[in-house]
Amino acid sequence: MPEQTIDLKKRRFLTQATSVVGAVGVGFVAWPFLSTWKPSARTRAAGAPVDVDISKLQTGQLVRVLWRKKPVWIFKRSAEALAALESDTLIKNLSDPDGSGYSKNQQPKYVTTSYRSIKNREEVGVIVGVCTHLGCSPTYRPEPGAADLGGDSWKGGFYCPCHGSKFDLAGRVYAGAPAPTNLVIPPYRYVSDTLIRIGVDPEIS
Amino acid sequence: MKTHLKTKLALASILLSFNVFAAGDLYLDHANTDISDTASLQNGAKLFMNYCSGCHAISFMRYNRIAEDLNLSDSLVAEHLMFTGENPGETITTAMPKEGAVKWFGTAPPDLSLVARAKGTDWIYSYLRGFYEDDSKVFGVNNKVLENASMPDVLWSLKEGRPEAEFDQDVRDITNFLDYVGEPAKLIRTKLGAWVLSFLGVLLVLAYLLKKEYWKDVKYGIWRPRD
Amino acid sequence: MKNKQSWIDQRFPLTKVWNEHLAEYYTPRNFNFWYFFGSLAILMLVMQFVTGIFLTMHFKPDSANAFASVEYIMRDVEWGWLVRYLHSVGASAFFVVIYLHMYRGLLYGSYKGPRELLWILGMLLYIVLMAEAFMGYVLPWGQMSFWGAQVIISLFGSVPVIGPDLLVWILGDYALGDAALNRFFSLHVIALPLILVVLVFLHLVALHAVGSNNPDGIEIKKNKDKDGIPKDGIPFHPYFTVKDTMGVVAFLWIFCAVVFYAPGLNGYFLEHANFIEANPLQTPEHIAPLWYLTPFYSVLRAVPPMFGSQFPGVLAMGASLLILFFLPWLDRSPVKSIRYRSPIYKWVLGVFVVSFVMLGWLGMQPVTPLNAFLARVFTVLYFAFFILMPWYTSVGKTKEVPERLTE
Repeated sequence: MPEQTIDLKKRRFLTQATSVVGAVGVGFVAWPFLSTWKPSARTRAAGAPVDVDISKLQTGQLVRVLWRKKPVWIFKRSAEALAALESDTLIKNLSDPDGSGYSKNQQPKYVTTSYRSIKNREEVGVIVGVCTHLGCSPTYRPEPGAADLGGDSWKGGFYCPCHGSKFDLAGRVYAGAPAPTNLVIPPYRYVSDTLIRIGVDPEIS
Repeated sequence: MKTHLKTKLALASILLSFNVFAAGDLYLDHANTDISDTASLQNGAKLFMNYCSGCHAISFMRYNRIAEDLNLSDSLVAEHLMFTGENPGETITTAMPKEGAVKWFGTAPPDLSLVARAKGTDWIYSYLRGFYEDDSKVFGVNNKVLENASMPDVLWSLKEGRPEAEFDQDVRDITNFLDYVGEPAKLIRTKLGAWVLSFLGVLLVLAYLLKKEYWKDVKYGIWRPRD
Repeated sequence: MKNKQSWIDQRFPLTKVWNEHLAEYYTPRNFNFWYFFGSLAILMLVMQFVTGIFLTMHFKPDSANAFASVEYIMRDVEWGWLVRYLHSVGASAFFVVIYLHMYRGLLYGSYKGPRELLWILGMLLYIVLMAEAFMGYVLPWGQMSFWGAQVIISLFGSVPVIGPDLLVWILGDYALGDAALNRFFSLHVIALPLILVVLVFLHLVALHAVGSNNPDGIEIKKNKDKDGIPKDGIPFHPYFTVKDTMGVVAFLWIFCAVVFYAPGLNGYFLEHANFIEANPLQTPEHIAPLWYLTPFYSVLRAVPPMFGSQFPGVLAMGASLLILFFLPWLDRSPVKSIRYRSPIYKWVLGVFVVSFVMLGWLGMQPVTPLNAFLARVFTVLYFAFFILMPWYTSVGKTKEVPERLTE
């Protein structure tokens, strides 16, 4: 008599249904807890765009500002330095000179290919100063032909002291360096001719 | 089981009925605010920023949070609520220096981020409506709710020449806004609660059916494994 | 799968533990409503651990920043408000569960032999839990945190001779401040939780050694079948795992209703004055500990200062907790469950419950002459429950306890 009242199919279904709905519930609960690790409102406010006045920036000079707690370099390149960025002798030493390979997402779309800066303001470079290898901040070595960095093949750029990665003055990585990709160009815009705002894209004109 | 329930109900009613202490003899008007009334919150925000924020900070609150929660665009907030040109992610502080405030008012105006949680909405509503003329005081007014308050009746220009109901509504909106400022998460908390309880309701039904199904074994005395 | 299990079993007694404590752990089949609260207490412990771990990631144990960091959690941290409310409501819910769990012990005589150690371990858990909750309430550094802590810690200063030095040592300062907050934080998040876990483990080991009591107060192990399985027992798994799952979900429904619709429970779970930052210059008009500590706070206040010292009150409060440990030896009744006890015991237990609840309520009230008088009456009744227990449990006619469970 009682054996017939036990419906094993029903029992299995109820076990599964309760387990599935319970697991969904655990998933729902996990979400808020994991979300607490996201940048908080305060962090996001602290990560707001940063304005940099470049009216006193000399050719060859580099200034560092913090944006989202990372160093950002703003530096002015000479005409010779810009010419060197397009020279074949440099380009053959780079791993991804036109940013079409692994470095595809290392810069916003609106920067030019060789100089990696906003059109018509090619002389001013804006680069996040964090090595794409393991996060050290490379040093500024603008002098071409520096003996310790390869002599004639060195056209000026950035050298990472941690593991020896080399980058040119547009932040493009040299082939054979441990760093896999070019340095990151942050979103930025010109608020006026002499004021750069780092952290926002240019207004669409 | 029934007697247990009765005791529990009795206990609950004892707890609830004694909950009127601390307020003392003070009579407070009922604020009757509704935090889900966005228009009221918007008006309250505008009035607060115009009449109160000169002296009182709400330093746990951010401009862009208000914009998001009150369905206002960042630019609208920048135009109507931000007077000092901060970044919209910043907290709402006051420009008034603390030393000056102590000199002018005798005490620094308190931060109002949590006033609604500490004092309650009825208190705020009654306090803001509780000013009366008293020439013995520095600012010519005294307050029914907070005797010898060292604050002038900043809302008098809203009161003059307007129907009482309109003034009351403005005060209610400020109170409502401060209630929101006290706990911005309240907006989402109450909405989310319904979903959570519905979900748990479904799970409870399943868990009950599952229990009932397994306990048939116990009911019929056949719980031993059938091998 | 079979192979895998044996691989593990050769190295770790997984199947053995599973069988001994779940699949072949025989539990009385007649558990009623009151037997949900043991598993719910474990649920609350886990809840407090998980939410506490996440709160610790954002909280600043620093008297200058603690208050603001709690509001930072409530506003700026994504979903921080939910984690905080789960923790703050969780603390009160934990005590609701623990009090009902303890009341179950009183109803069915679960503290009586052979479960004396089980009861003592439980009492230790209860006291450590109160310390844990008290220190947790200090952390937000609001007015009630500060002044509540001030009052409770001052009690140590009333100890004769060493009191003042003891007080300074506990505070690490001449008054309550940053040093105390920082050490309370450490105790709250590391030391006491570790002790709780160890005690919970021992509590469960003791429980599984002697087996669960039940609403009839009958030892089911005295009636075994030919296989050595108690005739009135059923395996904990699956029968009580599914039943407790149902209990957990029902409990969570009520718990979430509070979390989402009344997280402060009108000042009972989060006191209003605690939304004002601690101010050592201004005491709030009325201070009281949270509701779960107020019965003992009432006992403290009920005893007047003697010989210029508050110490007698402190002793009374200590005694009101300590005396609970002796319950197994104070109870002389031949039966365990209230179902078979004498009518006089039912009355006494009723008076005790009323006294405890009233002490709790009075502990939240300002002291007035009437309240002080009532607190003394209920304090006397509270102690009378224990002191007179050897007498009233040995008089009166008990009913005959049946051989087997009745339902």
